Amino acid sequence: MGDQRAIEKARRVGRGGDLPASWGLGEGQAIPWEYASAPEARDIVEVRSRYGLFVGGKEIAPRSGEWFTTIDPSTEEPLAEIARANAADVDHAVGVARRAFKREWGQLPGAERSKYLFRIARILQERSREFAVLETLNSGKPIKESRDVDVPLSAAHFWYYAGWADKLEYAFPGRVARPLGVAAQVIPWNFPLLMLAWKIAPALAAGNTVVLKPASSTPLTALLFADVCRQADLPPGVVNIVTGPGEIGMALVRHPDVDKVAFTGSTAVGKLIGKAVAGTDKAVTLELGGKAANIVFDDAPLDQAIEGIVNGIFFNQGEVCCAGSRLFVQESIAEPLVAKLKDRLSTLRVGDPLDKNTDVGAINNAAQLAKIEELVEAGVAEGAEIFQPACELPERGFFFRPTLFTGVAQSHRIAQEEIFGPVLSVLTFRTPEEAVEKANNTPYGLSAGVWTDKGSRIFAIVKRMRAGVVWANTFNRFDPTSPFGGYKESGFGREGGMHGMHAYVRLEDR
Amino acid sequence: MTATRDVAARDRAHELVQLWDGRPGPLGSLLGRVTPVDQVGIEERAGSLMRRSIKRESKLWALDLAIRMTDLTTLEGKDTPGKIRALCAKGIHPDPSDATVPSVAAICCYPSLVPEAKEALRGSTVKVASVATGFPSGQTFLAVKLAETREAVAAGADEIDMVIDRGAFLSGDYLTVFDEIVQVREACGEAHLKVILETGELETYDNVRKASLLAMLAGADFVKTSTGKVQPAATIPVTLVMMLAVRDFHAQTGRAVGIKPAGAIRTAKEAIQYLVVLYETLGPAWMTPGRFRFGASTLLNDILMQIRKERSGRYSGADYFTID
Repeated sequence: MGDQRAIEKARRVGRGGDLPASWGLGEGQAIPWEYASAPEARDIVEVRSRYGLFVGGKEIAPRSGEWFTTIDPSTEEPLAEIARANAADVDHAVGVARRAFKREWGQLPGAERSKYLFRIARILQERSREFAVLETLNSGKPIKESRDVDVPLSAAHFWYYAGWADKLEYAFPGRVARPLGVAAQVIPWNFPLLMLAWKIAPALAAGNTVVLKPASSTPLTALLFADVCRQADLPPGVVNIVTGPGEIGMALVRHPDVDKVAFTGSTAVGKLIGKAVAGTDKAVTLELGGKAANIVFDDAPLDQAIEGIVNGIFFNQGEVCCAGSRLFVQESIAEPLVAKLKDRLSTLRVGDPLDKNTDVGAINNAAQLAKIEELVEAGVAEGAEIFQPACELPERGFFFRPTLFTGVAQSHRIAQEEIFGPVLSVLTFRTPEEAVEKANNTPYGLSAGVWTDKGSRIFAIVKRMRAGVVWANTFNRFDPTSPFGGYKESGFGREGGMHGMHAYVRLEDR
Repeated sequence: MTATRDVAARDRAHELVQLWDGRPGPLGSLLGRVTPVDQVGIEERAGSLMRRSIKRESKLWALDLAIRMTDLTTLEGKDTPGKIRALCAKGIHPDPSDATVPSVAAICCYPSLVPEAKEALRGSTVKVASVATGFPSGQTFLAVKLAETREAVAAGADEIDMVIDRGAFLSGDYLTVFDEIVQVREACGEAHLKVILETGELETYDNVRKASLLAMLAGADFVKTSTGKVQPAATIPVTLVMMLAVRDFHAQTGRAVGIKPAGAIRTAKEAIQYLVVLYETLGPAWMTPGRFRFGASTLLNDILMQIRKERSGRYSGADYFTID
């Protein structure tokens, strides 16, 4: 379409920094507009070379004497050395949390706990930029997401639960809410800071103390959060951060002196944890995987549905438990919708996560990248048609192109298994009944999306969807007031709102 | 015999379409089947495009293009030949201290001042765009609207900016709106027709989408947001709705229509945001004055200020840029 020479000239002139003279752009000369790189400054956050465990309000060396490296997945560059905890470290941390609960935090009036939480929320908000940059560096997610979603929502959870800490006697009418004690919390690498906020805020508000283990590939924002606890003068031992591999998480949840277990992660690990705590009197909540259906009817606002579909599966590179990974489109509009979707995929900017214009960042770790590649190959082998835009990927780093599969059947692996990557499977349906049946026909049940202009249809579908969250004409909307969690193999228990508070208290009759 | 029957059948089909196509009713109208626009979704999409970070050489490129896309406008009751002459001079050489700054696309004025503008712009690349059809309200007789259009074209207008009949549209009389645009397009002859929807009065995004498609079906060369006399005038979400309609129309018919947001665009930053939305919706082929214009007056100086800042590293005060 465009004049190749003119395009080259435009690029040369553009990089040369000269004001490009009017080169008579007319009909038929379509010269691409190259956005200059717009990186967020890294130096706002100090990344130390080594981080110990945060236990009892202090940074301590691991009893194992071992350290491991955490990297930036977009460049594979090492960022810092992190303490590798062992079982003795876990035992020590739980003991510290227990003492802090018995002697101090569990005795503190709710209004005092409130003040600490408000202080933490404020400091987190003041240090937003540091957290956003660090989150992007360690996780690979685009800076515009950490800046606009992860960090603000994390602060919002602290603000919200701070407000409940002193009002618990009104939260559960007729009942007294008592803290459970020590909470063991194991969180994943897809939303490191946000999952920390979802866990720690209600736990502390209810009067519990916590030992939290961040994912081994993304410890840094949790460790920066430890600094916020110190800044907020939080009593030592109330929040403890213990870093290490997956086995340490298992050691933590198995620890006999833990009263409550909260886990977010894969269904496979969730089952192991379920087995580990079975027969004990530990309170458990599990927030696991999903294979959400995004259902688009023929009367849907098409271009906005496209945005919702794209957000549903490419937000955070699709590494989201509630990602809309199965698109069900009404057959009568399937062709125009898929055409628009392919065009839209071609405008996605994949690259340096620290660049403010990047839409899709890096996959978090090599293992996940390998899993995505395996499932995509399986999809091709199964006979689904693959589409990927021709975007240039950086040479280093764990990147994967946004991918679309059409001609997908329910019985394909790519329609059944959670890929946890930027891969969308497109299926068609004829009637609303069929859409609901197929959407529910999965062992998972975390979330779903419905796109239609007809309000009555939204209500009808929502009633019948077996999913913890159903979004209507939108997707990936979160709020600290709104309970989030799944049905079936997506886990049990809810986070956010009063339901989220309920998970961290023991209710007694007045 | 068969041929006559075919023609008769086709005519009857057209008659039937005319009968129910003009107004909504139990069968709905053709325009009733335009896909809806979700307000939350469109505003979110606009918002995320507005957060793009355009720096350095890509910013200078956009600023230069924005000037070349500007329809420098004066639409006041107190406009005089003197005012028009000054504006035209500004449009040809926006920055007397910098010869590399390009001319604007057009001067936009009331019909009575077209001859003056034409004379002042002789020898330059700047076009004359005239409003017509009872601008801004459009509340006058069709014969008057058509006569005004013909006179403006005869006086030398290269482009005509007409207003649609919002009363007819909002009362569901789409056929009247359609017919008027068709007739004004005829009256334009060689001149290009921009159709002003007056989005502030249409209010809903659904209406804007419908009106855009109506205008394009009727032969508009450009769809324009506003007269600038009603608030809200142009906004990025509303302009995005129109761009999406243009995109769908182009995909369906192969005809490329231009977009002109007008009114309330005052800063270079906003202008760049519009260009980002344009680029990421319609692509490089629309990044040209032939398919996109800004209807603005104060915008020009803010762009000049930004260009000077990008090149010299410093902001100059308002006194260093001429008012007209």
